[in-house]
Amino acid sequence: MNSLHDMGGTMNFGPVRPEVDEPIFHADWERKALALTVLMGASGQWNIDQARAARESLPPLRYLSNSYYQIWLDALDRMMIERGLVTEDELKTGTAVRPGVDGVRRLQAEAVVPALMRGSPSERPAQAPARFAVGDAVRTLQMHPATHTRLPRYVRDKPGIVTHCHGVHVFPDTNGTGRGEQPHWLYTVQFEARDLWGPDTTASSVCVDCWEPYLKAA
Amino acid sequence: MDTNTPANGPGHTHPGSTLSEMDLRVRALETLLVQKGYIDPAALDVLIETYETRIGPHNGARVVARAWTDPAYRRWLLEDATAAIGSAEGFGFSGRQGEHMVAVENTPDVHNVVVCTLCSCYPWPVLGLPPVWYKSAPYRSRVVIDPRGVIAEFGVQLPASTQIRVWDSTAEIRYLVIPMRPAGTDGWSEAQLARLVTRDSMIGTGLALSPDALAAA
Repeated sequence: MNSLHDMGGTMNFGPVRPEVDEPIFHADWERKALALTVLMGASGQWNIDQARAARESLPPLRYLSNSYYQIWLDALDRMMIERGLVTEDELKTGTAVRPGVDGVRRLQAEAVVPALMRGSPSERPAQAPARFAVGDAVRTLQMHPATHTRLPRYVRDKPGIVTHCHGVHVFPDTNGTGRGEQPHWLYTVQFEARDLWGPDTTASSVCVDCWEPYLKAA
Repeated sequence: MDTNTPANGPGHTHPGSTLSEMDLRVRALETLLVQKGYIDPAALDVLIETYETRIGPHNGARVVARAWTDPAYRRWLLEDATAAIGSAEGFGFSGRQGEHMVAVENTPDVHNVVVCTLCSCYPWPVLGLPPVWYKSAPYRSRVVIDPRGVIAEFGVQLPASTQIRVWDSTAEIRYLVIPMRPAGTDGWSEAQLARLVTRDSMIGTGLALSPDALAAA
């Protein structure tokens, strides 16, 4: 989806302002926003790609004016409402009108650290040989899907070189839209910065991880 | 509103109102999810404590310090960072948002810097949770086109002869920058060296501290 989350190369946002001795959280609600989002992410009701898709499809102005934890909360609310886990009224009042729905996985306290240490690896067994090898010249597709994708606009229809092959990974374009994992080979493609930006850049190169369906041979 | 606030400000630019509004909202959410039976309240505390104390850039600093002192470890890290960082034989810094790791090494010729232009992907097991600026529109938009200018905003001037390579973490691969080892640290132990390794030096927006800078800090 071509929305404002896809920020690479956009101008006029002003300088980066690092905060000296930045605290891990700026308010207590941020602690809870992180924890609630991560714990509900383990509920089995959606996957990480669906969560990203929900965040990036928030109303653009809301996305831009929110802090990142607010973006997470907005998307969390939306995903829970869409799946019937809570209602809008319940969220407003903070009071359950109906009991929770069945089948929501609840991570117990003692299972939290093991679950975090395990993570959710996205690599899957290969079902077919890789189409590209390190050193191959490739070109990204010209594409503008209306749904979730992880190919940023600034690297579409651009020439690059494959520099790493990472194995076969869950494909966000399908996994984020309820069409299943459909794993594909994943590569790092290195783009010469001048091929992306012409002379108006101080980068030498930009490396982007690209699934095989994003690429064609050049 | 400050133009630098979008997707950037920590959400407390209007102290009284925004803070209490967000506090109330999240309190209601927590109460509801506990009532519904979706959340174990004790799990919240464990999770928060994990990211406030156990997981943070001190983890990554240990990885970098070992790479500086142990050539066999450095080779392993560059060849298979997932194992070198996450396995029991490595450091055991594994899991969420660091399931698949790649380490990239800075040299006098090439400086690496990491971003996620599409969201906020960041290597949690080695660096902890990302700082606000990393998730902000100014950083995400600009570092892929003008990394030298962005890095300068962190007070770092790279030599004109150093090429800058930007890594946009669009997939589940997470990148750790191995900064250059500062001069004047011959014979330092891993633990001493780790103190020179800042979070920003492992993202690529900073350099490792010099011994003088550490002494002054």
